[in-house]
Amino acid sequence: MNTTAERGIDRSQMTVSDEVAIQITNMNKWYGAFHVLRDINMTVNRGERIVICGPSGSGKSTLIRCINRLEEHQAGQIIVDGTELSSDLKNIDKVRSEVGMVFQHFNLFPHLTILENLTLAPIWVRKTPKREAEETAMYYLEKVKIPEQANKFPGQLSGGQQQRVAIARSLCMKPRIMLFDEPTSALDPEMIKEVLDTMIELAEEGMTMLCVTHEMGFAQAVANRVVFMDQGQIVEQNEPNEFFNNPQSERTQLFLSQILGH
Amino acid sequence: MEEHHGLNYVRTEMLGEQAPPVSEVGAVRWVRENLFSGWVNTILTVISLAVIAWAVMAIGPWLLNSVWEAESLAQCREILAAAGAVNEHGTFGACWGVINDRWHQLLFGFYPPELYWRPILAFVLMLVALAPVLFPNVPRKWLFFSVAYPFIGFFLLWGGTVWLPLMIAAGFVVGYIAARLTSGYSTLITSAAAIIAPLIWWFYLMGPVTEALHSMIPIGLEAVQSNDFGGFMLSIIIGVTGIVLSLPLGILLALGRQSNMPLIKTICVVFIEFVRGVPLITLLFTASLLLNYFLPPGTNFDLILRVIIMVTLFATAYMAEVIRGGLAALPNGQYEAADALGLDYWKAQRLIIMPQALKISIPGIVNTFIGLFKDTTLVVFIGLLDPIGLSSAIRASSDWQGIYWELFIFIGAIFWIFCFGMSRYSMYLERRLKTDHR
Repeated sequence: MNTTAERGIDRSQMTVSDEVAIQITNMNKWYGAFHVLRDINMTVNRGERIVICGPSGSGKSTLIRCINRLEEHQAGQIIVDGTELSSDLKNIDKVRSEVGMVFQHFNLFPHLTILENLTLAPIWVRKTPKREAEETAMYYLEKVKIPEQANKFPGQLSGGQQQRVAIARSLCMKPRIMLFDEPTSALDPEMIKEVLDTMIELAEEGMTMLCVTHEMGFAQAVANRVVFMDQGQIVEQNEPNEFFNNPQSERTQLFLSQILGH
Repeated sequence: MEEHHGLNYVRTEMLGEQAPPVSEVGAVRWVRENLFSGWVNTILTVISLAVIAWAVMAIGPWLLNSVWEAESLAQCREILAAAGAVNEHGTFGACWGVINDRWHQLLFGFYPPELYWRPILAFVLMLVALAPVLFPNVPRKWLFFSVAYPFIGFFLLWGGTVWLPLMIAAGFVVGYIAARLTSGYSTLITSAAAIIAPLIWWFYLMGPVTEALHSMIPIGLEAVQSNDFGGFMLSIIIGVTGIVLSLPLGILLALGRQSNMPLIKTICVVFIEFVRGVPLITLLFTASLLLNYFLPPGTNFDLILRVIIMVTLFATAYMAEVIRGGLAALPNGQYEAADALGLDYWKAQRLIIMPQALKISIPGIVNTFIGLFKDTTLVVFIGLLDPIGLSSAIRASSDWQGIYWELFIFIGAIFWIFCFGMSRYSMYLERRLKTDHR
């Protein structure tokens, strides 16, 4: 596990404001008759970095996918940046253009070059002129340290590089919130670090982040809150030190002993 | 080389790349591996060579004895007999004189010979119009010509007043204006207006306006009736129009079938299943006999136009299913990534989904195109003179009664050239679009 000291992360830089970025109230979701998310209540302030963990099938991915309406919730309220998510398409588009998302399997567009992957949404959604979109794209590619790959296709890149491109693609839309859905689960151990480093840099810049991950080192390094979910509900949440060293619920203790115990 | 027994081993230097052994490259190796790799393969190779030799010896002399200059089958046989090309069945040799004598009919049907320049020009312009669609290195500006070509081609082939194609084109402008005027209302009203307004224009207003304009400014070419169209010209008109129309319509139908809206989905499913479940020939008979009942009274639809509509509908249903296969092959993550970036439905389809789904579907799409092009020969059953229909007509004449090999070889060869061209183009396209590097 990477320790905070080792990485030299300056937590004092990561300030959290009082402004609310995401407000989830009494939210419920069903897949048919199956109750996947049960009475979720959660407030995320601007600049907060939240790690969501839990056993598979606990609903953690479904929860963050509800935040940009990739999944629909059936009861309760989700307000993102002051916009309530409902079936209103305009609101959905507004939220999606402000919330970036990174997927487990990268989901880059294989028929487009890296540069085209990055400029597509700015050009077609934000109506940014092509030249300007390309400059922004190159800026973020340098930030994720692979500007030399700009004219290659996704299939020519390693998994870690693809995931960094995916992060850069989201950043090109200048989002105010970033969602990460198990961003390192499909990567080889050697590539996990390069992706986590990119995410830590992003955290240091004060991005609001919700991250579903099993990387507990990352949680300890950058999160200011860890949320543990099981059976579609939030079982426990706390700041990372307390969460890892002094878990309250039995379910959390069991989970932590299983993932940290070997 | 270092020995390493036991558990402990540390490599001291990494190995470089080396060339393969000499015995693993070259033509001899290819022959040995592919033709004579075992006794089964050796026997199959020998049998194949024997079959090829037999076919060449059977057909070769017939081709070598070809007669190109003859005005009838009888004259052709005389020439062959004089040259000594005779076997136990009589004269033995290909008689291409029939092609020499009747090629213009096979190509143009009964189109007036002094006007052949019009279909030839239309064909050349068609190639020019297709170029920017087919090849990326042709300047994009030429696409304007591709859009204008259907009207130019129509005018050249059928002739008549120049105002008719212009007024047909104006129908699209009418649709655009209707869409602009209703753009403040819901999408449904806008799309309805964009469809209904041009239909009203084409069915009710276009005729009188065209007549009025023509009486004021009479410009035009000598009109040629659809009855005179025939041969490969007819096959190409029906085939190319069907191909060009069935792709976009097939895409819409495939998307409709995947739609969340139950009404649209049902309409698309019913259409696809109905059209696919009916033989093309019944649709063609419907076109020639029944379609007029469903149209507003007084409209006299051209038979070729009706056939084009039916062939297009038929190909569209197949196309929709081919494209649906491509859509199904795309991982869900592509839709999600497009959604998450804030692309709306149509932008996601146009920029992300369709480029990939169509690429996957290229073999199936071209398959449908080739099938459609060859199916144009079925129009012979409703009295249109496609090349097959003309071959019957030629064989019914007293000069060429009894000839068939040469005619069908010629017709088959021309069809083959077109279909092989499409097949090659699809392979070129697949190579060009290959970006996944798997």
